Amino acid sequence: MKKLNIKLIPLFIASIAILSCEEDFDNDIQDGGVYTAGEADFSKYVTVGNSLTAGYADGSLYLNGQLNSYPNIIAGQMQFAGGGEFNQPLVNDNTGGMLANGVQILPNRLVLASDGMGAPAGPARYTGAAPTTDIINKVTGPLNNFGVPGARVFHLAAPGYGSLSGVNTGTANPYYARFSSSETSTVIGDATAANATFFTLWIGNNDILGYATSGGAGVDNNELNIVDPAMQGENSITNNLVFGGVYQQLVAGLMANGAKGALVNIPDVTSIPYFTTVPPNPIPLDGPTAAFVNSNYAQYNGGLQLAAANGLITATEAAQRTINFSAGQNFVVMVDNDLTDISGSPIPLPNWRQTTSNDLIVFTAAGVLGTLADPSNPASVIGVGVPLTNQQVLTTTEQARVTNAQQSYNATIEALAAANGLAYVDARASLSQVATTGVPFNGGLLTSTYATGGGFSLDGVHPTARGYAFTANVIIDAINAQYGATLPKVDIGAYSTIQLSDTVQ
Amino acid sequence: MNKIKVFVVLCLISTFAYAGGYRVSTQSNKQLAMGHTGVAVVNSADVLFFNPAGIVHLENKLNISAGGFGVFSDVKFQNEDFGTFSETDSPTGTPVYLYATYKVTEDFAVGLGVYTPYGSNVTWPTDWSGSHLVNEIELSAIFIQPTLSYQLFDSVSIGGGPILAIGGVNFNRNASRTLTDEEGDRSNIEIDDTGITAWGWSAGLMFTPDDRFTLGINYRSLIDVESTEGTATFSDFPTSTLTPANGETGFTATLPLPAELTVGVSYKWDKLLLAFDYNRAMWSEYNSLDLEFGNGATSINPRNYKDSSTWRLGAQYTATEKLTVRAGYYFDESPVQSGYFAPETPRNDSNGYTFGLSYQVSPKLSIDGSILYLKFKEITESYDFFSDTGSPVPAPFEGTYKSSAFIAGLGITYSM
Repeated sequence: MKKLNIKLIPLFIASIAILSCEEDFDNDIQDGGVYTAGEADFSKYVTVGNSLTAGYADGSLYLNGQLNSYPNIIAGQMQFAGGGEFNQPLVNDNTGGMLANGVQILPNRLVLASDGMGAPAGPARYTGAAPTTDIINKVTGPLNNFGVPGARVFHLAAPGYGSLSGVNTGTANPYYARFSSSETSTVIGDATAANATFFTLWIGNNDILGYATSGGAGVDNNELNIVDPAMQGENSITNNLVFGGVYQQLVAGLMANGAKGALVNIPDVTSIPYFTTVPPNPIPLDGPTAAFVNSNYAQYNGGLQLAAANGLITATEAAQRTINFSAGQNFVVMVDNDLTDISGSPIPLPNWRQTTSNDLIVFTAAGVLGTLADPSNPASVIGVGVPLTNQQVLTTTEQARVTNAQQSYNATIEALAAANGLAYVDARASLSQVATTGVPFNGGLLTSTYATGGGFSLDGVHPTARGYAFTANVIIDAINAQYGATLPKVDIGAYSTIQLSDTVQ
Repeated sequence: MNKIKVFVVLCLISTFAYAGGYRVSTQSNKQLAMGHTGVAVVNSADVLFFNPAGIVHLENKLNISAGGFGVFSDVKFQNEDFGTFSETDSPTGTPVYLYATYKVTEDFAVGLGVYTPYGSNVTWPTDWSGSHLVNEIELSAIFIQPTLSYQLFDSVSIGGGPILAIGGVNFNRNASRTLTDEEGDRSNIEIDDTGITAWGWSAGLMFTPDDRFTLGINYRSLIDVESTEGTATFSDFPTSTLTPANGETGFTATLPLPAELTVGVSYKWDKLLLAFDYNRAMWSEYNSLDLEFGNGATSINPRNYKDSSTWRLGAQYTATEKLTVRAGYYFDESPVQSGYFAPETPRNDSNGYTFGLSYQVSPKLSIDGSILYLKFKEITESYDFFSDTGSPVPAPFEGTYKSSAFIAGLGITYSM
């Protein structure tokens, strides 16, 4: 028996030894220490901005969009390096839409409908379930995400922007009204009160975007030199000085408690499919039709020569306004308010010209281009016999105003980042890469092509979840570089793009 | 000091790479305890599985053995680039066996074996980062093998018999990395089939030149399990003619249970028996898992397995009249090739350490116990053959895997 025991002992020890070999990874990412925060402190991350920060997509704010907002994605990665809870003012459902006292005030989300035969038809409003988020049910509890769809830079510092009663009268923002701390609070005040240790700020997009998406319907406050933040009207370009002044105030507020952070700059409007989906020359004509259309414009073209001869317009402008169709793809006829207005002159001609390859036709014009303005009149083809409106085209003149403001904003943002030791995120460069060459990822190429490119949601302006994930990675890169952190990026291929559904209007 | 040395040595051994598709080597408690050797070991009716030529060598007229195992396995996954991680929560596998042999004459014996040599039970968290490859898989196969064995010459016996395989499969995975219904629920496909039957055979030869030395050869044929009557359930697809409709449809698929050749020797020296087996499993039969659904959808999943080997060592020591102790080791080479590492069978090469004992309750009845600890080296691998619908670029699923398995079994042996 003693002999037996001696033989069994080594076996017993061997079994124990084998079983005690560590079964965890050599470098287990759940153990902590694999990723580091560097000089930053991610324990309380607060983010301020507009629809992009809120996770708005597909023309609506809906639950899964918010869950895939770039701040929520970043916060998830920060949890590997000391990040804490991240609370967002989540809506109730994936229908999108918004109610005020039971009455719907904002539309449902867009989905991609099919033609019923297995081919895609186009974007449509989802009707599978009624919206259930009512702004009168205020969000309570601590928040980290202060993204307010529609906000311009000065809105963030405007008292009463989250007033419930102000929503009815059009002076307040329904998204902010859902979670504002009071009828007179400001977004930046609420965000500052959250006591961030780390913040991101991405604001200024709407300060040019409203002007751009409306095809330059508003004014340029830089040209008009309007420097009162309260006087920056709807669809206008925010004055550069107003932008700089308020932006500085926002940064100062967020840094008041010694927080570190990242400032994100403003992308080009030409990076978004809203302006790049419709080509400037979308009208195919054969020779005889082109000749017929030209004959209808002979009188207008002749009038231009007369106006030039009389000094009402220059010869250059006369040439610019001359309308000429030919066999093949044609530029469309449009109204351009920046042309010399001679409608009240003895030669009363409308402000018409054909688009050039540098004009940007807005996405919403796609639905009307080539259709008949008057169904009984075959000559009333929109873009040919009937011009596109000024609002349907962002002209090169209008683009120059947008670019001027954008460059000024970005200079402000970059300077403030440098002056305060904050990370500067060049979203402009990154999104430009998406729009031009595309960005390869594990499983494809992220582009800004409408619906199929993966980067942009069906409203043509806001990213998809995958686009937001890409944005999150760009911001993470900048944070890591600035603060010596090692936050992991996310696999953008795992994030969804557009939603298919035939449950539509 | 010695303890530490043993610990270090064993941990080093296990840093060899790692294991074997969906084959589960648990066909005998006695033999599992010896590293699952057995093609040249005549211990009990269990030899019917290891080498049908061996049953004529059993001393008693009637031999019955039966037993079962609990398979406790765990796989961890992580991807350091993206900070993703998951761990399986697989149900306990329960392979079983039953063998009975009857010696008709001194040189002729018959037998029947029922055993479960294939199976897989892997359950990942639903919607985990590899859910487009697998959420959950359950494979099972019961083999029923009637067997004849004949002593051809003094030193040579042969044996064999047909195998009826009865298989079942349940496999659940998401339709793609991102497709969801309107509520954001991931679109999902589940296939289910049971009671699939297929035929194969096993044949063996045993060479016993003297009382001490035994050589055995066994071959088990390929069995193709063809599923044609099962159901595929599509769920949480959006309401759209751009995607398959929700609901049930049929499917066809073929899963090969590969042929296996085993050659081994044993040597008996007083109370000690040493055994060595070499297995070659013809896994190269498993090229691709192709699913064709009744609704016209297809799913082609390249596997490209390679033939793989297992080297087994076992020892048995008759300590007292009542107590026999056993120990063993094996190295199991994975049939999965680099780039084809799918999380449904996340197996790399493994080292198996086994131990067990038998206690003779009465001259006729013994109780057999065994344990197996399967050690897998941490491995960073990928499955490179998945593409999102419409994408020309594949989306490799890569990460680091760490697997472990612990198996404990109990059985009885009865002879008269």
